[in-house]
Amino acid sequence: MLDLTYELPKPKVISGAKHDWELVIGLEVHAQVSSNAKLFSGASTQFGAEPNSNVAFVDSAMPGMLPVINEYCIEQAVRTGLGLKAQINLKSAFDRKNYFYPDLPQGYQISQLYHPIVGEGEVLVELGNGTARNVRIERIHMEQDAGKSIHDMDPNMSFVDLNRVGVCLMEIVSRPDIRGPEEAAAFVGKLRQIMRYLGTCDGNMQNGNMRADVNVSICRPGDYEKYQETQDFSHLGTRCEIKNMNSMRFIQQAIEVEARRQIAIVEAGGTVDQETRLYDVEKGETRSMRSKEEAHDYRYFPDPDLLPLEIEQEWVDQIAATLPELPDDKKARFISDFGLSDYDASVLTADVESAAYFEAVAEGRNGKLAANWVINELFGRLKADDKDISNCPVTPEQLGGIVALISAETISGKIAKDLFEIVYTEGGDPALIVEERGMKQVTDTGAIEAALDQIIADNPAQVEKAKVNPKLAGWFVGQVMKATGGKANPKAVNQLVAQKLGE
Amino acid sequence: MSIDQNTAAKVAKLARIKVEDDALPALADEFNTILGFIEQLNEVDVEGVEPMTSVTPQRLKRREDVVNDGNQQPKVLSNAPDAREGFFAVPKVME
Repeated sequence: MLDLTYELPKPKVISGAKHDWELVIGLEVHAQVSSNAKLFSGASTQFGAEPNSNVAFVDSAMPGMLPVINEYCIEQAVRTGLGLKAQINLKSAFDRKNYFYPDLPQGYQISQLYHPIVGEGEVLVELGNGTARNVRIERIHMEQDAGKSIHDMDPNMSFVDLNRVGVCLMEIVSRPDIRGPEEAAAFVGKLRQIMRYLGTCDGNMQNGNMRADVNVSICRPGDYEKYQETQDFSHLGTRCEIKNMNSMRFIQQAIEVEARRQIAIVEAGGTVDQETRLYDVEKGETRSMRSKEEAHDYRYFPDPDLLPLEIEQEWVDQIAATLPELPDDKKARFISDFGLSDYDASVLTADVESAAYFEAVAEGRNGKLAANWVINELFGRLKADDKDISNCPVTPEQLGGIVALISAETISGKIAKDLFEIVYTEGGDPALIVEERGMKQVTDTGAIEAALDQIIADNPAQVEKAKVNPKLAGWFVGQVMKATGGKANPKAVNQLVAQKLGE
Repeated sequence: MSIDQNTAAKVAKLARIKVEDDALPALADEFNTILGFIEQLNEVDVEGVEPMTSVTPQRLKRREDVVNDGNQQPKVLSNAPDAREGFFAVPKVME
């Protein structure tokens, strides 16, 4: 296996009025487990259902109802932990996090504060141009989601929908290893990619299936290195937590805005208060969630309704044995086996479907050529059509057929594009289409020569000019291509033109 | 550790339990009695002893990932003081 080595990315530096400042960022990513039923009840997790229809009495916290854990959710948390090369805790436990809010009927969220199911792991976050950072994962725990309050349906009332109450979330907590807004977005992107590979979370941020709380602090250049050396947080500034971000773009904006706010405070001689803040997308500013402050005293205690969760190493090993090839490994393999560039390999391994498609196209064929066709022609065409690989009208066998025809020099690259368009819009077997529609490349130099001779005879003035200015040879190549309906082998035409004009 | 009236008031507020001011001294006293007992318990050396979570050995009961509950909107809303268009309607709460 090819071992990819990277340089560390440079931390983002923001110039304040007085000094340069660096950012220190840690994330808590909430990822919804892709289960059918909720973490502790048999109600559906389906998005977009009628309000309050996916609610069991456990979820609405009716007296006497008891939670029973969904085994599939445990498995997905373990699977995610294994995918992040993390320690799996065979014994974990559930705690109650107590607070009052209309969308939380229990008055507490069942979570895992003291004994999470997954311990320390790491994620390689690539940032392009051969740079990447290993971001340490502190823990992953399972917890219940809350309901949803809608504030704009009535001027005086808030409307509450409990459908999301009790849906299983995995909270993935990073160490403060992230050094800029782009890195934060790339980290979320990488987690999303890994979980989609694993099938543990669908990563749909629009539906709120993945959301992030972002902890931001600032420090002077050099301080962060002291923190990394000693793991002593006193080298870092006071952090603020920006809650509930569900878009990569807003995560980046919010970090930048929040860092600038903190810099302005500190440079004016003030101190940053540790608090929870909200990012206001419209105003482009963060503001304090004062109401949350008092409630921050969550009075955690072990949930008496739930015994500790004990799992067996044997089961963990079974889950580990069913892990798919993960993005980093797949990318390294694509680079070594198919000779792809780092960039092409990244694009093709972005999701499992694209990677599988590419492999089917490249199987037994020219890998680089296959990558070019999948990335440039196919992805480009799909994008223009507002489609993606899941509803692609061209099968890998068809595209592979086109690639094979190019490799065999049966068709020229230009004709291949026409052929691709035919296959894309009409379907059919590429080899058969080429045969039936006479698209084969003319490599018969006799036919090309005849066409060229005719053009030379018809354009004596151009011939004279071309003899003085060799760049004009291209005009003759173009004319021959035109005369042969684009089917002439460009290499052969180039050679002949050079030969004839040189005479 | 000693609980004063302010702390007792704060705990009551966090638990959303209304306690009149004149009841706070007695409440603080009760807390102190409870905490005193816990301090006494803390004197027991439990080094290396696993916390006991059930009297008889039991494994946390699990369910399969099957949807077999829900679809009972009218029942879910039946105790709500106010419900509209399938939602619980509550006094406006805004961040």
